[in-house]
Amino acid sequence: MSGVDTTPTSATTPAPPVTASERSWPLWEVFVRGKRGLSHVHVGSLHAPDAELALRNARDVYTRRQEGVSIWVVKADDVTASSPSEKDSFFDPAGDKIYRHPTFYDVPEDVEYL
Amino acid sequence: MTTPQSSPLRSDTSRGPRSSTPQSSPLPGAAENTGAAPGAKPYAAYLLGLADDAMVYAQRLGEWMTNAPQIEEDMALGNIALDLLGQARGLYPYVGSIDGTGRGEDDYAMQRDEREWHNVHLVEQERGDFADEMARLLWFSAYQVELHTALTSSTDDVVAGVSGKALKEVRYHLDHASLWVVRLGDGTEESSRRMQAALERVLPYLAELFDDDEASVLAAGLGAGVLPSTLHQGVVDRVTRVVEQATLTLPDGSRWRSRGGRAGIHSRPMGYLLAEMQHIARSYPGATW
Repeated sequence: MSGVDTTPTSATTPAPPVTASERSWPLWEVFVRGKRGLSHVHVGSLHAPDAELALRNARDVYTRRQEGVSIWVVKADDVTASSPSEKDSFFDPAGDKIYRHPTFYDVPEDVEYL
Repeated sequence: MTTPQSSPLRSDTSRGPRSSTPQSSPLPGAAENTGAAPGAKPYAAYLLGLADDAMVYAQRLGEWMTNAPQIEEDMALGNIALDLLGQARGLYPYVGSIDGTGRGEDDYAMQRDEREWHNVHLVEQERGDFADEMARLLWFSAYQVELHTALTSSTDDVVAGVSGKALKEVRYHLDHASLWVVRLGDGTEESSRRMQAALERVLPYLAELFDDDEASVLAAGLGAGVLPSTLHQGVVDRVTRVVEQATLTLPDGSRWRSRGGRAGIHSRPMGYLLAEMQHIARSYPGATW
């Protein structure tokens, strides 16, 4: 920026024109279960006009190579996400509480699968 | 020119269920490649009709890549095109074993001239707008669902195998077209008007799918094929359900109808389609990558 202030200045600025992406279909988050017994894992997102077509688009975009046996689609707007700006207060307090990790036990040698 | 054995595409077809077992032909002596058995020519023509419909429509649907309303729809139509391409590939080498020429899939797809193609006019027509494509896909996939349902009990193991695999695919194609026809038909005023117009434009090309020509009569007589006319009512029922749900009207009857595709007589767009599809293979014979 060469000193020119391009920040919109409230009331006097006319509403920006509707962009192509704003006119287009809503965004959906796609979760695919790789095989029975595994959890659904977020694989990406796509656009679709409604849930039924989102599911089919997900099938065509994300499971073309037999990646899955089950698909969930969730409207991206319906996902409530933690904010990057809250990262410190959300996650850092757990950082020094190593006693929450079950690492203070002596495991007997002949106990499998612990 | 590649033979079926050396075709770079060949290995893939063996994955299809029972698709490489020419000895199961219902025509005695047809598999030996020493010449065609009696009845082999019309039977081969029948199978070419099935394969060419799929091959040509795959080419048309492929044109939607980068041209569909959204990239997700590019993918969907591309997937459908690839399913159809696979159906054609499952049949071409088998036809080569029946008609006695031993030709492979590349020979059939890339080396035949217009008059040697047996597809209906419906699939060769130029790409219209998105509603036109959904109208064509609705009718064609409804036809293919009825067709492959019937052919899974074919006396020809190869045909039954190809159809068993195809049936799962074409059910999805029908589902895709149905969802769009309902959304466009029952959508905005403009989408409804344009979807209705598309249903009317596709109408003249439908009768050809259900004509009982000499080849299909022979194939049905062998128990290997199905009489196209027997599929008509089932197809109309399937399409009618979708059109009603879409709050549209199924147009009744057209003042003209297409003819001749199964006999190799095609409409103007077919030559352009073949030119685009075949020009690399013909300019650089035997080219591989």
